[in-house]
Amino acid sequence: MDLSAYQTDNFFDEMFSAPGVVRPHYQKVMERLQSLNLKEFEQKQQAVDLLFLRAGVTFTVYSDDQGTERIFPFDLMPRIIPHDEWAFLERGLKQRIVALNCFLHDIYHEQKILKDGVIPPSYVLSAKHFRREFVGSDVPKDIYIHICGSDLIRDKDGRYLVLEDNGRCPSGVSYVLENRQAMRRAFPNLFPNAGVRAVENYADRLLKMLRNIAPRGQDNPTVCVLTPGVYNSAYFEHCFLARQMGVEIVEGRDLLVRDFKVYMRTTKGLQQVDVLYRRIDDDYIDPSVFRPDSMLGVPGLVNAVRAGNVALANSIGTGVADDKVMYYFVPKMIKYYLGEEPILDQVETYLASEEKDRKHILANLDKLVVKSANEAGGYGMLMGPWAEKDEIERFRVAIEKNPRNFIAQSPISLSRHPTWTPETEQFEGRHIDFRPYILYSGPDDISIVPGGLTRVALNRGSLVVNSSQGGGSKDTWVLYGND
Amino acid sequence: MLSRVADSLYWLARYIERADNLARLMEVNLQLLLDFQDLDDIKLREHWDPVIRSTGDEEKFYELYEEANSQTVTDFLTFNKSNPNSVIGCISGARENARMVRDQISSELWETLNNCYLFLKSNDAQNVWDSGAYEFYDRIKDYSLRFQGLTAATLPRDECYDFLQFGRYIERADKATRMLDIKYHILLPSPQDVGGAEDAAQWIALLRAASAYDAYHAQYLANIDPVHVAEFLIFSENFPRSIRYCVQELNARLHNVSGCPLSKYSNDAEKLAGKLLSDLTFSNVQDVINYGMHEWLDNCQERLNEIGGATYQAYMFQKPVDLAEEIQQQQQQQ
Repeated sequence: MDLSAYQTDNFFDEMFSAPGVVRPHYQKVMERLQSLNLKEFEQKQQAVDLLFLRAGVTFTVYSDDQGTERIFPFDLMPRIIPHDEWAFLERGLKQRIVALNCFLHDIYHEQKILKDGVIPPSYVLSAKHFRREFVGSDVPKDIYIHICGSDLIRDKDGRYLVLEDNGRCPSGVSYVLENRQAMRRAFPNLFPNAGVRAVENYADRLLKMLRNIAPRGQDNPTVCVLTPGVYNSAYFEHCFLARQMGVEIVEGRDLLVRDFKVYMRTTKGLQQVDVLYRRIDDDYIDPSVFRPDSMLGVPGLVNAVRAGNVALANSIGTGVADDKVMYYFVPKMIKYYLGEEPILDQVETYLASEEKDRKHILANLDKLVVKSANEAGGYGMLMGPWAEKDEIERFRVAIEKNPRNFIAQSPISLSRHPTWTPETEQFEGRHIDFRPYILYSGPDDISIVPGGLTRVALNRGSLVVNSSQGGGSKDTWVLYGND
Repeated sequence: MLSRVADSLYWLARYIERADNLARLMEVNLQLLLDFQDLDDIKLREHWDPVIRSTGDEEKFYELYEEANSQTVTDFLTFNKSNPNSVIGCISGARENARMVRDQISSELWETLNNCYLFLKSNDAQNVWDSGAYEFYDRIKDYSLRFQGLTAATLPRDECYDFLQFGRYIERADKATRMLDIKYHILLPSPQDVGGAEDAAQWIALLRAASAYDAYHAQYLANIDPVHVAEFLIFSENFPRSIRYCVQELNARLHNVSGCPLSKYSNDAEKLAGKLLSDLTFSNVQDVINYGMHEWLDNCQERLNEIGGATYQAYMFQKPVDLAEEIQQQQQQQ
């Protein structure tokens, strides 16, 4: 394989510091690739695709009425992070998750950060996912976000920026593990001497973290994964994690609440459940408290949580931290709770509900990226520079009508990574992002799997990495060393 | 084990066994046609009608097709997606259930089933079909055998295994009664009335469909005798596709789940299975012929259904929760 014609086009490229100049930590992969010819490479790519299809590593496409399952396209060229860079990310992510958990505990208890005027109270109280009915309730070990999947990007200078925090039910970790397995099969000889850190013990750590929050400190708690069911797009992942941890995967209809305790309905009668790794959002988790039309949830689950008979990961009410208006305040939270400067930068953000910012946003709609405060997955977004005029006008009306619901950011020129392009039969630069997975058992017990999900926008020039909109993924290598 | 999971495991195994039996039924019947002389429409219909009847989906068949011939029956029982009991319908059903319990079964089991499903959906399936029905049905049997082998080789002997095996054997027993029923008219109280070369060919076909041809010969030597064939396929103590063997197995699986000794019963399913097993143990083929073969097989099917129903009640059925009532109760406790 020949990468001599590869162009970096004024973007920050993960592999090449300049055309023809490979960064040292990519050297080994480069050598291995050069030893392959086109046919061998394509065979490996096909073998990996087939592997995913056969193993059923797929997600469900909703828009398609046949409920088609697709594989998440996988690119064989790995994304590599050297040791020092990873150490920096780790420090930054740990700082952030500690601050976010402090913030959530605070706003559901004393609300000091609001009283001290660091965050205007109305922003928190008006947040769509702020659960006022949980003010004053305790959660096990004061942990709100147990599993976090912050999205990181790199700008044109290679600076890492946090894009969002995903403190509810971040998905994708199964791909981290499956991608690694696929890479090991495709390049068995490369791994022993490439110095890649293993990701395989994620499930062990997840289980340990979940057992740690069991009510009354039980030695042998019953842990379950709560899934919306087989038709959920991430069902494969729910199953995968349950299997890897060796715990049951349950649906709402398998559970029953009696006397403030949660039971699952088994062939031998009712069996009590102590910890639920729930992959159902707050809104759907208990129809007696939240959306009464939810068929996925368990009536009474919240009663059981309040009574302290069952622990949830993540806790109820974390969605407020995913509000993009709260994102704006995370650096302030870090300073307020930890007295530290933020290690990781984030994207400069304007709040439409602040008059000065709003004027700036409305005057520059064609230059900014506007996001709804509570949407995810690339929806509810305006990409100003690429948008049609009527779309811009629609956003203008929406922002003026409900400024609290919008923020704006300057577009970031996302870093690129050489990615195999079947149409041209060569590597081309494609934009990528990165989602590491953080397990939080307390400020001194945080574990981040050395790796993560690198998503890649497979279409030329595209910035959208979501699996539902033409995204793919790469194996992410964190190295023991720096080259 | 979750009740829902037990239910899915049971259906997963049943569907695979059903697809396997369909493949056997079709393969043998298509082969049989090759032996017929002077094949006309009437003869064809006489041949296929009982086959369709044996599947129990006669009504549905005649809604979709005008008459029973090789082409329509094959289509209905193999590729028709609107027939949940076609080969493709069964494999899809098995896979749907397997997806629900993927965390319970080994990756090898899941991948085998998924591969079978992908094969049926691919162009490859059409190619194999075009090169011959025999190859095609063989492929399906092969997948089923691999599934059975992997069940034996990769699963711990726990509840999961028991429910899978229970599903398999109850389906196999049911299909055995249906296959025999196709030929019941030969075993009217005086079997001498019918016979001839064509009938012999059909009895051989029946044995082949059950992979029982060699085992039968080992026991009865060369003689193909309808009474012996029926005796073998119903009463054999050790042939794994005889009705008695299947009931013995499913009874053992039920007792394994409950932990209740074989000499007692702890629920209706065990009671019914034990009674059926004892009838199969303490009667012989002459009793069946005197009772009327068709009636006897019908009764057996009925009792298998009851065992399935009682098992569902014992382990899988959960009283549906009245959501509205549940929500109201929980709100009162808040």
